Amino acid sequence: MPDSSASRIVVGFKADMDDARGERVRREIERHLGISLQRVRVLDVYTVDVRLDRQQLEQVAAGPFCDPVIQEYAINRPLAQEFDVLIEVGFRPGVTDNVGRTAAEAVQYIIGRPLAADEAVYTSTQYLLSGDVDAATAETIAADFLGNALIQRWSIFTRADFDNLHGVPVSVPRVATTAAVKIRCIDLNVDDETLLQISRDGMLALNLEEMRCIRDFIADPQVQNQRAAVGLGDKLTDAELEALAQTWSEHCKHKIFSALIEYEDENGHRQQIDSLFKSYIVAATEEIRARRGADDICLSVFKDNAGVIKFTDDWSMVYKVETHNSPSALDPYGGALTGIVGVNRDPFGTGRGARLIFNTDVFCFASPFYDQPLPPRLLHPRRIFDGVVTGVEHGGNKSGIPTINGSLVFDQRFAGKPLVYCGSAALMPTQLHGRPGHEKKAEVGDHIIMVGGRVGKDGIHGATFSSEELNENSPVTAVQIGDPITQRRMFDFLLEARDRGLYNAITDNGAGGLSSSVGEMAEDTGGFIMHLDRVPLKYSGLQPWEILISEAQERMTLAVAPQHLDQFMELARQMGVEASDIGEFTASGYYHCTYAGATATYLPMEFLHGGAPQMRIPARWEIKVHPEPETAALGSADEALLMLLGSLNICSKECVVRRYDHEVQGATVQKPLTGADNDGPADASVVRPLFDSFAGIAAAHGICPRYSDIDTYHMMACAIDEALRNYVAVGGNIDHVAGLDNFCWCDPVKSERTPDGEYKAAQLVRANQALYDYCVAFGVPLISGKDSMKNDYQVGETKISIPPTVLFSVIGKVDDVRHTVSMDVKRPGDKIYLLGITAAEMGASQLYCELGFIGNSVPRVDAPVALLRYRTLNRAQRGGLIASCHDLSDGGLGVALAETAFAGGLGVHVDLRAMHCDGELNDMERLYSESQSRLLVTVAPEKAAEFEKLFAGQSLSLLGEVSADQMVRIVGVSGSAIVARNILELKEAWQAPLREL
Amino acid sequence: MADRVRAIVIAGNGTNCEREVANACRLAGAECDIVHIARLLGGEVRLDDYHFLNFAGGFLDGDDLGSAKAGANRLWHAPVSGSNATVAEQIFAFVAAGKLVMGVCNGFQLLVKMGLLPALAGDYRQSCSLTFNDSGRFEDRWCYLRVDADSPCVFTRDIKGLYLPVRHGEGKFVAESEQVLHQLQQRHLAVLQYSDANYSGASMKYPLNPNGSMAAIAGVCDESGRVFGLMPHPEAYVHRTHHPRWTREQLPEQGMGMLLYENAVQFIREELL
Repeated sequence: MPDSSASRIVVGFKADMDDARGERVRREIERHLGISLQRVRVLDVYTVDVRLDRQQLEQVAAGPFCDPVIQEYAINRPLAQEFDVLIEVGFRPGVTDNVGRTAAEAVQYIIGRPLAADEAVYTSTQYLLSGDVDAATAETIAADFLGNALIQRWSIFTRADFDNLHGVPVSVPRVATTAAVKIRCIDLNVDDETLLQISRDGMLALNLEEMRCIRDFIADPQVQNQRAAVGLGDKLTDAELEALAQTWSEHCKHKIFSALIEYEDENGHRQQIDSLFKSYIVAATEEIRARRGADDICLSVFKDNAGVIKFTDDWSMVYKVETHNSPSALDPYGGALTGIVGVNRDPFGTGRGARLIFNTDVFCFASPFYDQPLPPRLLHPRRIFDGVVTGVEHGGNKSGIPTINGSLVFDQRFAGKPLVYCGSAALMPTQLHGRPGHEKKAEVGDHIIMVGGRVGKDGIHGATFSSEELNENSPVTAVQIGDPITQRRMFDFLLEARDRGLYNAITDNGAGGLSSSVGEMAEDTGGFIMHLDRVPLKYSGLQPWEILISEAQERMTLAVAPQHLDQFMELARQMGVEASDIGEFTASGYYHCTYAGATATYLPMEFLHGGAPQMRIPARWEIKVHPEPETAALGSADEALLMLLGSLNICSKECVVRRYDHEVQGATVQKPLTGADNDGPADASVVRPLFDSFAGIAAAHGICPRYSDIDTYHMMACAIDEALRNYVAVGGNIDHVAGLDNFCWCDPVKSERTPDGEYKAAQLVRANQALYDYCVAFGVPLISGKDSMKNDYQVGETKISIPPTVLFSVIGKVDDVRHTVSMDVKRPGDKIYLLGITAAEMGASQLYCELGFIGNSVPRVDAPVALLRYRTLNRAQRGGLIASCHDLSDGGLGVALAETAFAGGLGVHVDLRAMHCDGELNDMERLYSESQSRLLVTVAPEKAAEFEKLFAGQSLSLLGEVSADQMVRIVGVSGSAIVARNILELKEAWQAPLREL
Repeated sequence: MADRVRAIVIAGNGTNCEREVANACRLAGAECDIVHIARLLGGEVRLDDYHFLNFAGGFLDGDDLGSAKAGANRLWHAPVSGSNATVAEQIFAFVAAGKLVMGVCNGFQLLVKMGLLPALAGDYRQSCSLTFNDSGRFEDRWCYLRVDADSPCVFTRDIKGLYLPVRHGEGKFVAESEQVLHQLQQRHLAVLQYSDANYSGASMKYPLNPNGSMAAIAGVCDESGRVFGLMPHPEAYVHRTHHPRWTREQLPEQGMGMLLYENAVQFIREELL
């Protein structure tokens, strides 16, 4: 007999099997919360809300759900035994349940029919805790470690109150919606206060000027006449207001980067800047492209989802870096997972489509060992660390994309908002069906096709939400959870459709959902009509405006010509990918949506895309003077070295790197871990993405938020230089490289909540000025970028603003990967050279930071000198003269010497008196100053003469040689040894801090 | 047609390594097609037309129900259009025809969970499994693998040891009983074991043994030696620049992983063409 009520299938390891997952949970509860348990076991629960008979239920449980060798199952009875407290954690209704989706598909194969609309499988997890634990402690464990109340709910049973016969009661997290689906109208003919109220209540993030602009638009009698023709009245619909809020959001429109800025420098000189983006970022790229003429490497910049540059005759490279900060603060796992699978869609959806070849990730966190009370609503940095790392691990690994490059940056201020940068690169055919692969254009009459996942309430107001600071009302629907497998299937299908020439244009559904993707594509034709009732939904009850702006993941929007429509839809069906024909691109001039025949939006395209008023922002720069430490306060060179190696910013990140598959696709030739024991820190990574060519791609980055405490101009210059010197260190061609700028700022607009807005805006201006100056000087075009401008936490009286941070990422060509150079010393007797001059630039150095100082002498970059050095280094690499090359960054020469030595498993003996310095420097300055553009190089003795000849006339110091004795021995200016330590001891100091995370 | 070695790699639903497996097959001298599972289920492509079947690494269906579980379920139950048969039946017929099958990582997990490995005494009931690493985590690291010289495995002939990367979260090999484990070793079906750098003995020590596998087992074959699965990735070491220390060691141009593919192609040339 079919049973209409849901059944619970519980699956767990057999009693005699180790439960590695449970043991890991036990260890982490101890580390995160300091609660010791004897044992934790984990059971998987499937709540099967499908009409199955008993035999089918058995078949499902025994087949796909349970591994007969290691597991056992129970149907509608408990499996849990021998525990003190049981916690079951499941998702809230409507939260993406990837395992549930896979389980439902497995059930369909067994019963041989698709599930009905009201049937589904939901998953939850049971944790059986044994030890000294009561219900209250269990609540802490659930709330602070196992679950996240934003997306999950849990129930707790002690042994005494557990029902041994029936177990945990059945609970089906089905989405229940009772609200009638309709198009509402909003009266904007109201006073300013009410306008602002409407914006706040609707999470629209529109300011008064923008609300007034919309009010004036709808009050125009001519507009009202046109609206009457499509059955609309004199009021804006909810969908229209939402569409405007999305399109005009900081996230989509970059209002701050487009603003008119009144800047005043420290001397009172005033300057008006009409758009930072145009004046500095676009201008730099245009200038470089014009200067390079036929040698221009850019193919598509700024206009598409990602930037495109030349690679080989047949292939172009595509790169994009995004941030996913706000969602990761609320749900670190889901936020980061969505971040990585989300950024994958950007290069994939660039031009007419590109195949993904690697990911990169950079995280900025507060210390995971933070032990002070946290302000409300903030998750502990350790939870954020763990969740974000796991999210990116699942996103990258499951998608089959190697994660090849990244960083972890620590600063206490990132407790307010963690920064989660995710990058993704792809390869695109230079020519595709007779025209360049990077070109796309929707044509009038093309069908609007949505492909991939279905639409739910996920991520509603994501775009407007990230344009606001984190506050008490941050919405739960802003969180999405990515689904790498649905996306992977979609990508497999779309690459096939691309190669068959079945579509004209493609773009990602990211922030703003269909509203943004269709709205942007329709700029090609000048209008569209979209039928919101044709969009497939995860569950019923969504309002038309919700369908329009939902940020449900794993969706792409395509323009498919009528003559290709049948083939396209048939291929989608064969490959098990959902594709829906939801409208048409037109030349009407209107953003036109309907729902069940009624008009939901009718907005002129030009108002939507050009109607937002320009912001005006005041900016005033002042130089802040910070106390300088006494020389004696810096301690000894030897102590400082151990302290720096063990600092969070410098220590080994192997615990994270190993969790990312960095070599799937069989292309990674410079891996992130390198050296004699495969555990040294590579400066950058190199992939060889074509099996039939030795041409490679190198990716690197620079990020120096500490320097922002002194001057963001030099912070930016140093980030650019750091990225480039990492890139050239491994062999990247300095004349074939492009940059991406990702700004993460605290709110720079002066207001009651941000009284220091003028200073923060000036910091932004200065960073942009340096971006222009140094990109032009280095000849590095900017091809893509992004800004995230509201990285503040404000609840009650507590405000935490992140330090202004720019991630500068570079991608470029390695002419022949066989010339790649790694950072580990190679052979005893090799000569050790320092390239570049050292100045007393200790300001905001890692050493000062560890000692609690900022100082004032921030490092400065001399671009022409650095560029010549990098070009010469490329020549030395091509000539095979370099045994190892390591960049000097955080911790200066001292740290670089130690790292290159222990990575190579050999000693280094150097004399600081041989160092080329700018002025009289003491030992601490020589070892720990962070002067830029410096590289530590080792050269075999027989190649030393040729190497020195190449660098004739440039700053080159022969410091010493590589030694078999495994000692780092450093002679100071006095002539006596100031450091003499075994590399194993130094390596241990470097590996210990994050080893267990 | 008859003199060409034809290999197939199945793709789709979260298989990730199909391109590099196909590359390895081609470098070894085979023709190789990457075929999306939809084309097998659509009846457009049949396994009969090939000599060498590859299940590549990846995360079938996200490994959401345990590694390769949902993938195995699809092969068992999804019908091939225009017939009553399933892809699983085609695979069993392929094996029965004496052709070669290799599963790497997720592909190995699939073969084990479908009962194709180790298939002791021809019994296709699942007797072993691959479960969560002892660390409870995914790890990417290179491992030394000792080859059982007395194994019937056709892929590992004349190989003493291999150095290859593992990249998995569920790679711990377990047998359902001591008896199964004993038979595996006694019949020399535990082809690869995690070992020290000299391939002198199997290791239970982390990180040499990266996942806590019973008897340090990293790869197994069936009694014919023609069906073979392993957790490490041979397709990830086909050129010296894949080796993690190629910038500091003198290495042959060709990577060690190629040996397995070359043995397969040679065997097919000698026995199946």
